[in-house]
Amino acid sequence: MASAPADTAQSDSDTFRAEVRQWLEANFPASLKGNDNSLSSVEGPTDESADEKAWREAVGAKGWGTPTWPKEYGGGGLSREQAKILNQEMSRAQAYNPIGGMGVMMFGPTLLEYGSEAQKKEHIPPITRGEIRWCQGYSEPNAGSDLANIQTFGEDKGDHYVVNGQKTWTSGGQWADKCFALVRTDKSHKHEGISFMLIDMDAEGVDVKPIRMISGMSPFCETFFTNVKVPKENLVGKEGQGWTIGKRLLQHERTNLSGGGSAIRMPSMPLHAMAKTYVGVNDNGELDDGELRTKISDFEMQWRSFLGTAMRVQAEAKTTGGVSEVSSILKKVGTKLGQQRAELMIEIMGMKGLGWEGEGFSDEELRSTRTWLFGKATTIYGGSTEVQNNIISKRILGMLDHQ
Amino acid sequence: MAILSEEQTMLRDMAREWTKKENPVGAFRKVRDEKLDAGYEPAVYAQMAEMGWAGVIIPEEQGGSDFGYMSLGLVLEETGRSLTASPLLASALGAASALILGGSDDQKSHWLPKIASGEIVGTLAVDEGPRHNPAKTEVSVSGGKLSGTKTFVPEGMSAGLFIVSAADGVYLVDGADGGVSRSDRSMVDQRGWAEVTFDGAAAQKLEGGGDDLLDQILDRARIGAAAEMLGMASQAFDVTLAYLKQRVQFNQVLSSFQALQHRMADLFGEIELMRSAVENGLTALDDKRGDIAMAASQAKAVANDAIHHMSKEAVQLHGGIGMTDEYDIGFYLKRARTLEQLWGSSAFHRERFARLNDY
Repeated sequence: MASAPADTAQSDSDTFRAEVRQWLEANFPASLKGNDNSLSSVEGPTDESADEKAWREAVGAKGWGTPTWPKEYGGGGLSREQAKILNQEMSRAQAYNPIGGMGVMMFGPTLLEYGSEAQKKEHIPPITRGEIRWCQGYSEPNAGSDLANIQTFGEDKGDHYVVNGQKTWTSGGQWADKCFALVRTDKSHKHEGISFMLIDMDAEGVDVKPIRMISGMSPFCETFFTNVKVPKENLVGKEGQGWTIGKRLLQHERTNLSGGGSAIRMPSMPLHAMAKTYVGVNDNGELDDGELRTKISDFEMQWRSFLGTAMRVQAEAKTTGGVSEVSSILKKVGTKLGQQRAELMIEIMGMKGLGWEGEGFSDEELRSTRTWLFGKATTIYGGSTEVQNNIISKRILGMLDHQ
Repeated sequence: MAILSEEQTMLRDMAREWTKKENPVGAFRKVRDEKLDAGYEPAVYAQMAEMGWAGVIIPEEQGGSDFGYMSLGLVLEETGRSLTASPLLASALGAASALILGGSDDQKSHWLPKIASGEIVGTLAVDEGPRHNPAKTEVSVSGGKLSGTKTFVPEGMSAGLFIVSAADGVYLVDGADGGVSRSDRSMVDQRGWAEVTFDGAAAQKLEGGGDDLLDQILDRARIGAAAEMLGMASQAFDVTLAYLKQRVQFNQVLSSFQALQHRMADLFGEIELMRSAVENGLTALDDKRGDIAMAASQAKAVANDAIHHMSKEAVQLHGGIGMTDEYDIGFYLKRARTLEQLWGSSAFHRERFARLNDY
């Protein structure tokens, strides 16, 4: 990129910061200030306003939705330091990154690592422009925690595979354009028989059925493949390398789930403030439910300790350059605390925290019910708590497999 | 399991057969999908009443079978297992208890036969906020006219008789009175909840039962709710255990994993304690013991906590499929939480238990 001669790193940063600020002023529509794009990948496409479209295209053209990806594939080509500055300036301008979804969070980084030159040229640029939605074809009815047990089979037909099978928990499958999938190409080897393939969701033989969840929402689908033709150009890596590639991709997923997944995002109002409104206080100004009072303080202390741990992991990663062992507990602890919080909300709000729809409840109360229910999935997906515990006890603590 | 008489065993078996064959969880799903106004299928409740279930605790001279609380508890346990949507708890236990404890002869002979036959549904209208707090009421009564608003009234949409708490006592209000208006509350368990407003509705006081009549009524209702929760917890446990024995991952049935075995062993223990607490409550009522209040708080708190834990684990141990609406286990989680709040959370009852024991 065009930048000032490198006199000092500091002046470089300042120049870049000024450039970003100027660009944001020129390109970020004021009408979108304070908008949050973070849920769009779960809730599906919303109608894009003219300003939203312009913003997405501007960021896409600059490559700044995927700031550290290489410029030759449409990324921003920025250093980590520059990406950080971009991020800071975006928050300062109350702007958001309009380029997101699974393509950015999981698939893109994996393809950059394992894809062929032709694959990168074909698939990365549309991701950087936010034009293509990707979904994940991993889990199957009999391959949940035991993911390597997938049975969806791709039969070798020379220049293409014919894929048959069923995937489940396909997030956003009903809205996706393409799917990165684990497909068995060899039945005689469990892990080594898996290949990583890219499948067009509008190809003949692909059927998608949304799954209704206990929260009433349908963010996931069952995806059926019936004699779906997948050209061999869409095989990523080598045949049989799918497990390695697929696991690498899951690392990106886990980073995202524990780093700031919606289940553990701290809402604006702390529990104790909410409790005062619903429960009231006694003459001493204490919450008028002694047990609830200590439960909330227990939760708030645990939560602070969790945040402290997450920050400590980050700091350690920065200094050592590696991922600390402690990071293995973040997903299970973060999701547990998220669920605990949702249950506490019910105790605080009583019957008001259990509304389903309609009259008698505020929007916030109704949302709280759905969040509580959907939050039950956080300890199941993305590697269940049980799987996390296995990883911790076997890999981190060196405890023997009981088998 | 308590020692049951031959008649009680027959009643329980009959309830078990009926819920399995006529009213399995699928029937509740239908009620939910059709969004019935009452929150239950009236024809189903009529059938239950025909089998005598609505009159189990009602004296024979008022059309019941005077069969006691333990017997009704057995039926509630079975309907809890199948999540049968019906006003059995609110009407045949709650409202019936209020009349039996505090009603005059006239009030009893007017209302109890109708409750026993299922002709009308009675319910308790006690709380005036989202959290159970029977001591707090702004309902006013003057010249036989009652005014005020009651929130989260179970079966409030279909009730033909309201047992209404006020500062100076407990009143009967005919659901058909022009001063009664109700507004549907759609709760996560999809039953017949309502907010009920009384605007100068004709009210008759329940003169019997003493100063703590409301507590006595609520204690019966709490023990009944605990019996329903016991059935739900037992069923959620059974279904989860069967699933673990059948689901294969890593070439092994899940039930062979020690970490899961121990969790089920813990739950097994908790549900056994829950059963003892519920049966203790029901027996205290039938034996007219002096420690009913304590037994009720114990039953409700222990039941709340057991179903809370069981319903969470049921979903988690089922994994992804437990999160789907298509699968029934989520219904248990949803119903569990409203029952946990109804007539007192665990915190409410632990506090009360301490108070009852002077500490």
